[in-house]
Amino acid sequence: MELKTKINAEDGRQELLIIREFDLPVELLFKAYEDPEIVAQWMGTKVLKLENKNHGGYQFETSDPHGNVVFRANGTIHEFTPNQQITRTFEMENTPFPVQLEFLSFEKLSDQKSRLQMHIIYKSAAHRDQLLQLPFAQGLNMAHNRLQAIVDKLK
Amino acid sequence: MNLRRDVFQAIADPTRRAILLLVASQSMTAGVIASNFDTARPTVSKHLQILTECELLKQEQNGREIHYHLNPQKMKEIAEFIEPFRKMWDDRFNTLESIMKNYKSDQ
Repeated sequence: MELKTKINAEDGRQELLIIREFDLPVELLFKAYEDPEIVAQWMGTKVLKLENKNHGGYQFETSDPHGNVVFRANGTIHEFTPNQQITRTFEMENTPFPVQLEFLSFEKLSDQKSRLQMHIIYKSAAHRDQLLQLPFAQGLNMAHNRLQAIVDKLK
Repeated sequence: MNLRRDVFQAIADPTRRAILLLVASQSMTAGVIASNFDTARPTVSKHLQILTECELLKQEQNGREIHYHLNPQKMKEIAEFIEPFRKMWDDRFNTLESIMKNYKSDQ
């Protein structure tokens, strides 16, 4: 089955574009980014902090089933415009990866459809490729698999 | 040096990408490849050398001629490079979508 998520990563550039259309009104799509409880559900991580405002910040933490913290990430929210735009930084703590800049654009396509565009800027093209190649998301994926199991049970 | 990185540096160049596209249809000699470009012959040779070194192209002796052909295995590696990352986000967004659809019906 074709994935609904498109990734545009041109060779040798330090940026990346993730595009996805949702069968959701843009307000609900945005809410999934705004409400810490919902973020925790689909990102599969604990949300320690989420200040949805200009000059706000956030912090996520993921633990393994034994309670050991396997992943922690944080960032600063530069711009927060409901149903339109979130501009933020993203940094994985205790990793050699530099902070990255993310522009999240939310777009209404129709009453029931919306599009999210995530434009990520990395420190360098090499950092981008390194990040893509490494199983960097291991911590997140692990938690995500658990989440998937929980969601599957709900279905 | 990281060979994998070299592969991506190799395809970062538009001429080298054009060469790969050209050779994808059929194997050909350096001369025939060069005749498809306005670029000077030695420049094309240099591109062919880079593509061969990182195994995107393979050389095949055919009588007195050397033919270049595509190495599909190596090309596949490039295509798959971004897939795990894409799959991760797709899974995540699918979860987001199903959560919010339920959320909507709860309202």
